[in-house]
Amino acid sequence: MKAERKDAAPLLVVDHLKKVYPTPDGGVEAVRDLHFSVPAGQLACIVGPSGAGKTTLLKCIAGLLPITSGSVSLLGEGVTGPPQAMAVVFQENGRSLFPWMSVQANVELPLKSAGLSRDERRRRAEEALHAVGLDEVGGSYPWQLSGGMQQRVAIARAIAYQPKVLLMDEPFAAVDAQTRADLEDLIRTIWMQLGVTILFVTHDIDESVYLGERVIVLSNSPTVVQDDIAIDLPAERDQLTTRNAPRFAELRGRIYEQIQRAKHNRGTESIQVADAG
Amino acid sequence: MRALTILKNAAFILALPLLLILLWWLGTLGGTNFYVPTPLQLIVTFFQTWFGERMVEDVLPSIGRLFAGIALTIAIGIAVGVVIGLFRPLRRVLEPLLEFFRAVPPPVLVPLLMLIIGVNDQMKVTVIVSGAVWPVLLNTVEGVRGTDQIMRDTARSYRMTRTQQLLHLVLPAASPQILTGVRQSLPIALILMVISEMFGSSTGLGLSILQFQRNFAIPEMWSGILVLGLIGFGLSIAFRIVERRILRWYHGLREVQREG
Ligand SMILES: Nc1ncnc2c1ncn2[C@@H]1O[C@H](COP(=O)(O)OP(=O)(O)OP(=O)(O)O)[C@@H](O)[C@H]1O
Ligand SMILES: [Mg+2]
Repeated sequence: MKAERKDAAPLLVVDHLKKVYPTPDGGVEAVRDLHFSVPAGQLACIVGPSGAGKTTLLKCIAGLLPITSGSVSLLGEGVTGPPQAMAVVFQENGRSLFPWMSVQANVELPLKSAGLSRDERRRRAEEALHAVGLDEVGGSYPWQLSGGMQQRVAIARAIAYQPKVLLMDEPFAAVDAQTRADLEDLIRTIWMQLGVTILFVTHDIDESVYLGERVIVLSNSPTVVQDDIAIDLPAERDQLTTRNAPRFAELRGRIYEQIQRAKHNRGTESIQVADAG
Repeated sequence: MRALTILKNAAFILALPLLLILLWWLGTLGGTNFYVPTPLQLIVTFFQTWFGERMVEDVLPSIGRLFAGIALTIAIGIAVGVVIGLFRPLRRVLEPLLEFFRAVPPPVLVPLLMLIIGVNDQMKVTVIVSGAVWPVLLNTVEGVRGTDQIMRDTARSYRMTRTQQLLHLVLPAASPQILTGVRQSLPIALILMVISEMFGSSTGLGLSILQFQRNFAIPEMWSGILVLGLIGFGLSIAFRIVERRILRWYHGLREVQREG
């Protein structure tokens, strides 16, 4: 499946993005100058210290925040509002589910705005819930589920939408280690099966190496790209063997070092890496 | 099993009222106070007075106006509240004004509305709405404003239309607050129903009670108060049933949060 993937022209281009939050005392510069692009079908991880502006970056890409300067374009078109082919799994993704609707209705809701028929909506929602291992809970309310299950519902909602680009903001921050490992494998599987482009934000270095084909390290806020590392591990990954591979340790070491530097680097040493895909 | 629980609930609800009636009966055993009828007297008067012509001429029209007033209160309160809640500039301009209107005691509006609209059903319903609408409206504004930012971002990122956002996000998110407003509005509506009939009216429950009192028909007056009490009680029961249905998710969620 992996072999069919074509590294075509960049799907997503973040071009000298700058974001200043307007505040009464002059504004907070969350993102100074971010410049990178992501080819179609890539799974790219973004790591950076807390407060580095990762969420800000994702929201700009998702068209949810006005950009101060620079631009974001998807498939060659500038992003000004939420693009059609994109789904976002938010950092507080348990809170992103609507508590007044059943799990099934939550997953189906975005499909309504996509104009799908009732049968098609139900079919897709059931498939997506099946893919995340939640066949049984369609009729429950989200708050009746555990944190990890809510996370999976949010992911199912995103997959059912069948986006071209999937943005995920620290989706596994609040789940236990075992669930987390399962969810990581789930993301890899979905990515390989659907050929979707994924931008995955995490603060966990191991997770970024395990999941990604590429890791973009952000500096401290105001943010620039600190490093951009290609992850040359085999496509078939496994929690035990992959994490114990010597190459895994090397990559993790390199990223760890970069993060340490990032903590002290406040947008001074920007490197320009156009495409490490 | 279910019948048993219902019986048990009924026993809990009825215990205190029965006890009070017993005390009242004991209190009236000794002699008769002109202003306090015996329970039996009251019950007889209650049926004689209200289950006949008066039911059709006074009680039902009053209840009709009350329902019309409540329906309009809820519709206007939610509609205006949603609009104000969604548009921040509007909110900032209107909020002080709304607080002012809310603070005006509605009965003082009755003479004014009589002059403007005349003495008719519309005036009475307007009186009810003018006083009862504020809790619904202001609570709706609060509820709409408090809609979770992440849920809003979610709705936007999935490109839900404005109508879909209204139906599936804004209104349900505000529903706990809206229903709090409605609950506060119900007794206000009942009070204003009575008051709206006390000026220059020719029929109605409120007017009847006033006339009984003026004519020293004391048991009849008491029985009228009983009718009002029963209407209020019925309203609050109906409200609770509706609220439980609409806010099932909310009570469940709250329970989970308390445990967690
Ligand atoms: N709405 C806002 N108004 C003003 N400043 C903001 C706002 N949102 C975020 N910031 C600031 O922008 C910077 C980046 O925030 P952001 O949430 O993007 O960081 P993050 O990398 O996602 O952090 P974390 O890892 O903790 O989630 C922070 O300094 C934060 O205080
Ligand atoms: Mg964040």
